[in-house]
Amino acid sequence: MAQVTLRRVSKSYDQHVQAVKGIDLEIADEEFVVLVGPSGCGKTTTLRMIAGLEEITGGEITIAGEVVNDVPPRDRDIAMVFQNYALYPHMTVFDNMAFGLKLRKFAKDEIRRRVDEAARILDIGELLARKPKALSGGQRQRVAMGRAIVRHPKVFLFDEPLSNLDAKLRVQMRTEIKKVHQTVRTTTVYVTHDQVEAMTLADRVVVMNRGVIEQVGPPQELYHSPATRFVAGFIGSPAMNFIPCRIQGRGNELTLRLADNLSFPLPPDRTQRYGANTDREMLLGLRPEHLTELKDQAKPNVVRLDSRLDVTEPMGMEILVHFRINGTAVCGRVDPSVRAMAGEILPMSADLNHMHLIDPETDRVI
Amino acid sequence: MADGTTTVSAPALRGFAPPARRSSLRRFAQRRSTTAVLMCLPLICLIAGLVVYPFFYSIWLSLLNRAMTRFIALFNYRYLLRSDTFQLVIFQSCFFAITAVFFKALIGFILAHVMHNISGKDQKLWRGVLLVPWVIPPALSTLGWWWMISGDYSAINWLLEQVGMHPVAWLASTWWARIWVVAVNVWYGTPFFMIMYLATLKSVPDQLYEAAAIDGATWLQKIRYISLPMLRNIISITVLFSLIVTFANFDIVENLTAGAPANTTHVFATYAFQLGIQSGNIPLGAAVSLFIFPILAIFSVFILRGVGRRAQEGI
Amino acid sequence: MSGAAATAGTFAPRRRRSSIKNERRWALWGSYIALVVFAIGFLIPPYFELITSLKTSQEIGSGKSPWFVHHLYLGNFIEIIRNPQFQTFFLNTVKVTILVVIVTLVIAILAAYSLARMRFFGSTAFATGVFLTYLVPESLLFIPLFKVLSFLHLINSTWCLALIWPTLSVPFCTWIMIGYFSSIPKELDEAAMIDGASHLQMLWKIFIPVAMPGIIAATIFAFTVCWGDFLYPLAYLFTAKQMVLTSGIVSNLIHGDVLDWGHIMAANILASLPPVLIYAFLMDYYIAGLTAGATKG
Repeated sequence: MAQVTLRRVSKSYDQHVQAVKGIDLEIADEEFVVLVGPSGCGKTTTLRMIAGLEEITGGEITIAGEVVNDVPPRDRDIAMVFQNYALYPHMTVFDNMAFGLKLRKFAKDEIRRRVDEAARILDIGELLARKPKALSGGQRQRVAMGRAIVRHPKVFLFDEPLSNLDAKLRVQMRTEIKKVHQTVRTTTVYVTHDQVEAMTLADRVVVMNRGVIEQVGPPQELYHSPATRFVAGFIGSPAMNFIPCRIQGRGNELTLRLADNLSFPLPPDRTQRYGANTDREMLLGLRPEHLTELKDQAKPNVVRLDSRLDVTEPMGMEILVHFRINGTAVCGRVDPSVRAMAGEILPMSADLNHMHLIDPETDRVI
Repeated sequence: MADGTTTVSAPALRGFAPPARRSSLRRFAQRRSTTAVLMCLPLICLIAGLVVYPFFYSIWLSLLNRAMTRFIALFNYRYLLRSDTFQLVIFQSCFFAITAVFFKALIGFILAHVMHNISGKDQKLWRGVLLVPWVIPPALSTLGWWWMISGDYSAINWLLEQVGMHPVAWLASTWWARIWVVAVNVWYGTPFFMIMYLATLKSVPDQLYEAAAIDGATWLQKIRYISLPMLRNIISITVLFSLIVTFANFDIVENLTAGAPANTTHVFATYAFQLGIQSGNIPLGAAVSLFIFPILAIFSVFILRGVGRRAQEGI
Repeated sequence: MSGAAATAGTFAPRRRRSSIKNERRWALWGSYIALVVFAIGFLIPPYFELITSLKTSQEIGSGKSPWFVHHLYLGNFIEIIRNPQFQTFFLNTVKVTILVVIVTLVIAILAAYSLARMRFFGSTAFATGVFLTYLVPESLLFIPLFKVLSFLHLINSTWCLALIWPTLSVPFCTWIMIGYFSSIPKELDEAAMIDGASHLQMLWKIFIPVAMPGIIAATIFAFTVCWGDFLYPLAYLFTAKQMVLTSGIVSNLIHGDVLDWGHIMAANILASLPPVLIYAFLMDYYIAGLTAGATKG
């Protein structure tokens, strides 16, 4: 078991394209860290640099305290699960899992023992004699994980391992991966573009964008207090609404102005934080779950906002409603018991206790 | 940096020098490319020693006199271009290659469509049957053809007599002989075109034909507006490739007519063989076979372009 | 009235459907008729060889229809199999062909792996060069090669073919192997790399087994090209002891006095049999290799 450290690690191709721009990250022993971000954000490149499949342009990577910049992948003592599984098509499941051990000249019975152990953890004991062609997507996924487990490596690396599975299987395998990690407790770096996967699996999530780390933190922290506009918009589905606004007033009497005839008093606990940003174009960030139908009993800092609905999308447990605030398209979630019809005006409310204020010049959350 | 963990350690790391072990990686890369070259070495030797060197040697040889003792510059070429026989050879090579490739491509195109119409299991059987001419070594199958058509009592002439016609001395008449070498070459080469076109046709999505059918296209219009454009690239590759191969053909012509009658069916390869090997005039033979080179050079450029485009499109 | 409307409503579509069905049926019938016609045309020469080989020389010389066998006679085959010259040709062909196939595979696989995965300075240009070599016809180089071989004292020795046949087989085999190797996902070598495989282990334990269909196609190609080659043996081999099947049958059996067309056709069929059999059993690989040549970049 080991910790992994990245110190100002960067990667550039042809001296022009910088895929990773000097990132710092410390991954503790036994930790499950998920790198998440849109495609091209550098997350896969980062993972491949940890694996040793890509050379490092600058900075330093250590695994268990040892600098591994120049260490070839086979000597880094890592195991990797690939997006397309990369199972050897001509070998049986057993041989696929045993291959790495055979190359390392493990004794036959030790190989047998380790493969059986992994097969038991992953429940693929009956598949050992089969070839990958005869396996379903989920089974291949398990074998790919088994190949990683038998090695007892210092670090597991996952490169979007679930993106080739259908939605239902993906949820199931997600749980499976989490269970495996709880069993073997190996330090894990996991790359995905799916924020739900990131949130559900990670001890800590690393949100990346354009080659830099936007924010690192436990899933709940990223959700409740995003540091940047990117993180605020990336985490959560449907995405957070961003509405142009202005803070007006002095001292403790600040108001949030969305339009000429639409302004609300700010929650008192926020006045301190926002006091320096009065009379500037700002963005109000509000998640759809905080834009909901008007409830009977009034709560502090929940303001009324009657709206004409453009589109409604019944989802079963809720209805997504799309409407406009001063011309900006926004999305809210209302209870299915509400009669929400497109074209009609629905009394809505905005919960300002959960508002975020973003400076559009720096894209930071204040 | 926005995150807590990283900013904490970042200031402490300012001025941290990247490890000075870059050189060992570069050495690793160098060793890797040395291995790569070593693995290619047998192939490099083969091509250099038995293709590139003989080619330049051939040019040198063609500039020597018959006894290979004296440098006579372009005299051999001048002699050839002024000789009536060689002018016939040039004409026949072009006629042979162009007509044979035209019919091979045309029949191959038709057969590919016909095969595409029938169902998968039958297709495999018919494909096997129609591929037979291409699998028999042409030098041997041409012998069978020769036996079938040559002489007054040949099997073809027997058929003519049955319908009351006079036997024809096929291979003794210039144009009949020319037609027969083309026919045998078409018989031998058509399956190749059929297979190539059939493979490409299979990669054309059926929806295109279905959409065309809904738009009201007749079968001829489907071929004109869908098959032909989709197959255009592979048609040009196969036609150019086959032009080179047919231009340089030896086996069929040698075994069917060996240039007879009166050198009118000689192509470059058979004429070079006659001059260079049978008559022992190596420089003149080398000069004759070098006439194949311009066609090879020009067409291979276009083939490369076509193959490159094909790889890009992924069809 | 409602009944009439219903009939009209159902009738019109049915007529249209049946016309599409008809069209399909006609296309299918037309296709089969065309196939039968072409198949007959394509198979006439082999058929004619076969019936000739099954006749006595008396029957061949008689005025009876040459298109049918009147008295089945297997003597031609028995005699040609017992003919020592034919045996020599066959053995010579088998031993040189097998040698060249092995040499071809070794050279082509090593080079293809290097060109598909490792890369070095000028490797892409070299790969293009390999493809160009494949386009070079043998009739362009047989005269200078005659001089080269006489310099090496290999003229009129069967082994000269072992030296020059690879120029016909290796370029195309390398080319299709590059295609097959490139189609192996890169993650597979990365997985093997992490598993601890060296380049040689990767080639031997991953690439060769995974690209087996390509190797089979390359083997078939190399085999058929060598087995059927005519110009080189005809140009460089003079005495019957050194000859291979193609040149031997054409230049020796025809000009020998004892043999007639029944024997020649029997020899012809026996000589054509190995490639025909290989292709009959491995047609799919054969065709995959054939089409790969022009499709894989």
